Amino acid sequence: MELTGAEIVCESLLKEGADVVFGLPGGAVLPLYGALSKYPGVRHILVRHEQAAAMAADGYARATGKVGVCVATSGPGATNLVTGIAAAQMDSVPMVAITGQVPRPYIGRDAFQETDVTGVTLPITKHNMLVMDVKDVAQAIHDAFHIARTGRPGPVLVDIPRDVLLGEKTEFVWPTETKLPGYKIPGEAPEDQVAAAAELINKAEKPLIMAGHGVLISHSYDLMTEMAEKAQIPVITTLLGISSIQSDHELNLGMSGMHGMAYSNLAIDEADLIIGLGMRFDDRVTGRISDFAPNAKFVHVDIDASEIGKNVETSVGLIGDLKDVLTQILPKIEANVHIYWLRRIEELKTQHPSHVVRESDELLPQYVLQRLTETTQSRGIVVTGVGQHQMWAAQHCKFTDPNTFITSGGLGTMGFEVPAALGAQVGRPDTVVWSVCGDGGFQMTMCDIATAVESGADVKFAILNNTNLGMVHQLQDVFFEKDFMASEFSANPDFVKIAEAYGIRGIRVTKKDEVVDAVQQAMETSGPVIIDFMVKQDEIVFPFIPSGQSVNEMLEEPAPKEPA
Amino acid sequence: MAQPNNTQQHTLIAMVEDKPGVLTRVASMFRRRGFNIASLAVGSSEQPGISRMTFVVNGDEYTVGQVAKQLDKLIDVLEVADITSERIVTREIALIKVATTQITRGEIIQIVNLFRANIIDVGSESMVIEITGEEDKINALHNLLAPFGVIEMLRSGLVAMVRGQANGLPNGNGNGSANGQVNGHS
Repeated sequence: MELTGAEIVCESLLKEGADVVFGLPGGAVLPLYGALSKYPGVRHILVRHEQAAAMAADGYARATGKVGVCVATSGPGATNLVTGIAAAQMDSVPMVAITGQVPRPYIGRDAFQETDVTGVTLPITKHNMLVMDVKDVAQAIHDAFHIARTGRPGPVLVDIPRDVLLGEKTEFVWPTETKLPGYKIPGEAPEDQVAAAAELINKAEKPLIMAGHGVLISHSYDLMTEMAEKAQIPVITTLLGISSIQSDHELNLGMSGMHGMAYSNLAIDEADLIIGLGMRFDDRVTGRISDFAPNAKFVHVDIDASEIGKNVETSVGLIGDLKDVLTQILPKIEANVHIYWLRRIEELKTQHPSHVVRESDELLPQYVLQRLTETTQSRGIVVTGVGQHQMWAAQHCKFTDPNTFITSGGLGTMGFEVPAALGAQVGRPDTVVWSVCGDGGFQMTMCDIATAVESGADVKFAILNNTNLGMVHQLQDVFFEKDFMASEFSANPDFVKIAEAYGIRGIRVTKKDEVVDAVQQAMETSGPVIIDFMVKQDEIVFPFIPSGQSVNEMLEEPAPKEPA
Repeated sequence: MAQPNNTQQHTLIAMVEDKPGVLTRVASMFRRRGFNIASLAVGSSEQPGISRMTFVVNGDEYTVGQVAKQLDKLIDVLEVADITSERIVTREIALIKVATTQITRGEIIQIVNLFRANIIDVGSESMVIEITGEEDKINALHNLLAPFGVIEMLRSGLVAMVRGQANGLPNGNGNGSANGQVNGHS
């Protein structure tokens, strides 16, 4: 049977197993909506702003490991996706964005709602395409999903003119192969290099594993933990590597980097071998590169060849799928105990207990998260925005299962917490999703609370409300002589009333002893809940390695004053 | 970060799909990563649907290695090789429009003949000279013509090919694999 381009898109989505799309219609993409209504197998979730469509698709993808799909119309619809697409690109998230384009005869004439969206998104997608013939639609969607989910995942944008969606019909033939002769997906690494890496690991006296997002993407968490246990190698996670190893695992040293645990950073400083797994040594992890791990050699495994040697000079760089490479290397790793090294790390942990929340009568944001994670027993998914609350969540929330911490790392996108959380919950309907929000970021995307309510997404929003742009405030406090220009809100809305306006439960917490009860109430309530935690206002995230500096300049939380 | 080595001129070749937008993707990658292209020549290859790009990039080993890897990452790029250290032949074509007078014309023609270049247009006050060769030869001719007054010059950008049977590409159709591949040791 001959189908329109729009129908072919829907058929292709079903073939790819995309049963949910997040989107918002408009003129150029309307033919696709005309077809979607006939395909109940593809659930469409209507957002309030296209930014949320991209970020919800992102959250959905990270929570499920499947490709997240978002849809927008031409022009402003497509450009509203841009921030979400850029975030997915930076964090290697599989996403397909489908945008309507003005009809072919209008392209290049500055038509109404025309934007060169393949041009706009060229540097922030893994690939993109403009489909100019209805006969190419199926192949384009097939290739887009393949590129998005394989190798180092990333977003792919497919731009389809309105008259390709709704014009000439053609036979729907699902392609059996991709048409991507230039696309290579690494698998195993060369054996001699694997052997060289194993030798370095076996010889090391102070080795550290640094686990990144790649461990989660490639489902290598069990293999990595096995390797760590076999050779007793402590594991540090990057921000996006959190939840790749259980938080309470005795070898887990938590996050390192700018706001990482002091003992993790100090361990890196003393290590003689860093084993980077599916991570990219970005500047938030390394600080000043010349002072990063000055005593260490580097073994670096990544699926993206361009990451090897990009930021650090590696002794052995293994290009390959982390799961394949770990399978290759595990038999070559000798059992070890590293007694002195582990003892030294225990010492560092005792001397620099950055995981401990200090005693205080005030409602500390760290305290809220500690109680939250205790009350939920580290079950469910935590999604965050960007800023202080994100760092505190990374430091104090605990995780048992892989892929349960979702955050915008590379791009650092405020407002991510609302749509990404609803996307994650749609993808994992059996799981409670906690959206840990800042009051600043929450207000960027809170219009999509409506989407959470409408789609029945059971998201619990925990706003750490300090009525500030907290991280900006902190930087101004430390580096701009407390010139708090444009970082304090004087008219935040009443978030409990916001909740009520959306027909959901809102709870305000101002005291320590109300925290657990509020969390429990939220968990007992079916559907979204907003908890407004009125936390201490000028709290600083410690430890803190100022941008471009090293562990030698690390600021730690001042020791509490002895009572007089 | 890799220690900067001495900056050197590197010649890279890339086989790319002959599709709209490929040049934009390549150029955009160079721009956003802060790489400089000294010269770029694009044209068809022996295979239908595949174009061949020749890049001249000035940089240290680290930078040029990154250029090659980032190029290879582009979906439309089939293969990339740094053929700088291969046995290669390189050519560039230049058109030079030089000012002439009755007095200087004879001398210019002598220089042109010496370089085995061609005069492809002669006017009353200028002539257009075509020269093909390696970069140095073109530079030398240009230097000799400069005193007469170069009105216009254009250079095609360098094109390069590996000598012998191998084609320099890691997985190419050539019989041998050159050392220029980018996916190997780092």
